[in-house]
This record gives sequence, structure tokens and C-alpha cells, in this order.
Amino acid sequence: MRFGIVVNEGPYTHQASDSAYQFAKAALQKGHEIFRVFFYHDGVNNATRLTVPPQDDRNLQQQWSALAEAHNLDLVVCIAAAQRRGILDADEAKRQGKDSDNLARGFRISGLGQLIDAGIQADRLVMFGD
Amino acid sequence: MSENTNRKKFLYINRKAPYGSIYALESLEVVLIGAAFEQDVSLAFIDDGVFQLMNGQDTAGIGMKNFSKTYRALGDYEVRKLYVERESLSERGLALDDLMPITYEDENEDYAEKPSLHLVDRAEMTQIIAAHDVVLSF
Repeated sequence: MRFGIVVNEGPYTHQASDSAYQFAKAALQKGHEIFRVFFYHDGVNNATRLTVPPQDDRNLQQQWSALAEAHNLDLVVCIAAAQRRGILDADEAKRQGKDSDNLARGFRISGLGQLIDAGIQADRLVMFGD
Repeated sequence: MSENTNRKKFLYINRKAPYGSIYALESLEVVLIGAAFEQDVSLAFIDDGVFQLMNGQDTAGIGMKNFSKTYRALGDYEVRKLYVERESLSERGLALDDLMPITYEDENEDYAEKPSLHLVDRAEMTQIIAAHDVVLSF
């Protein structure tokens, strides 16, 4: 089956990102396809490479980046939600006149159309959130 | 509307009050962007989500943008089916009269104004949700 996944909450405060990650990993192990993972609302905060969780805890951003690398996943961060919350890639930081960017590897910033497209293309769209 | 073989039934479920969190506003943003994709779109309002449709919203005192007018413009985006759960309204002491009069123009009937809001009970709502291909819950 071809899944689309939506992550609507930030890391650590809420289990949504953990659950989505475990779901994605399990689905891939079972041979399913992940068409796209879309990060929306506070979910965009999963995409900052500047998080430094305690060493004895999981690093959700790194887990997502590694999963994306291993399985060639499309991790898309909503640009409108990201800009509200200070998640910028290099191009966007330059465009907005900011002195730094923070988008982690494996993620890309794009528009809400990517969420609708995932709903259209996937057999099932699974949302993780509050 | 052109033939669209990828046409699916999208349902946006709105469950939260409009200004206590950002879910309502960002849900609307998805609905408006999604309108360009020519899908079959419906909205559902349950739990505190019914507060999003309250008439006479005034955000002057809380310093936040009043986005309630956007719901009244949804008809222009071909979003014409807004299902409101009857029990969620009555549990909050509300009735259909407390909500904004949201309408659309029916081009098949000389652009007659028709109501977009449909009051449905909880059992009907479960059937509506089950009948959709893509359910986005905010």
C-alpha cells in the first residue's frame, strides 16, 4: 500500500512525531511505500537541525533524516507553517534577510499543495496529531 | 469543471475553537489551497470546532486576526458542504441561529443563494466521515 503521512505536532511535547516515525518505519519494513511525509502546524519543528536533546534520549530530527536517507523518503515541511515558526532553508533565509538557516538534511520546504497531492496520490493519508 | 480522474472526496474535520490554538486557521489555509486541486471538498465541525462558525466574532480584545469572514467566502472556492454536528452545538448551548449564515451561489439555478451549512446528528456524521476518501482532522 502507498501511504501519505502527516505530522502535526512538534517533537518531545507530543507523541505525534514518534508515532509517525514508528509507523513509517514499520510500514517500510512490511514492504509498503511511503509516498510523502508532510510536516504541518508545530510539526515543522521536527525539521530543525538545531535541536540538541539529551544524549540518552532519541533525536527525532536525526531519526527522520536517517530514515529519509535510507529509504529515499520525501519529507516536506509546509512553508507557511515553517515561516511562522522560524524554520528556514538557505534560500528562504536569504530571501527573508535572515542571518542563518536551520532546515535539517533530508527535509525540503514546499507548499500546502504537497499535502493535497499526497491525499490524492496515496492510498491512505494517515495524520498524527492532537 | 473538466474531467478529473484523480478526483477524491476530501473531508476536513474541524474540532477546535478558533483562537485558542492555530489549528482552525491553518486548517482553513489547507482548504483554500486545496480548492485549486478540483477535488470534492466537504468540511465537518464537531466538538469545540462549532465555535469556528459563531456569528459576530470580535477579536479586537485579544490582538489576533479575525479570520471568520473566510468561512463565508468558501462558496467562492467551490466549498459548499459544511456539516455541523447537532450534538456538539447543543452540548455548548448553541443552535444554528448562533452561526454565520454561510451560503453559496448555485450556477445551475440562476445563481440562487443556498445554505452551505447542514445540521447533521452524530450518527450521520460517522456515515459522512466513512464516505470520504481523505480525512484531514484538525
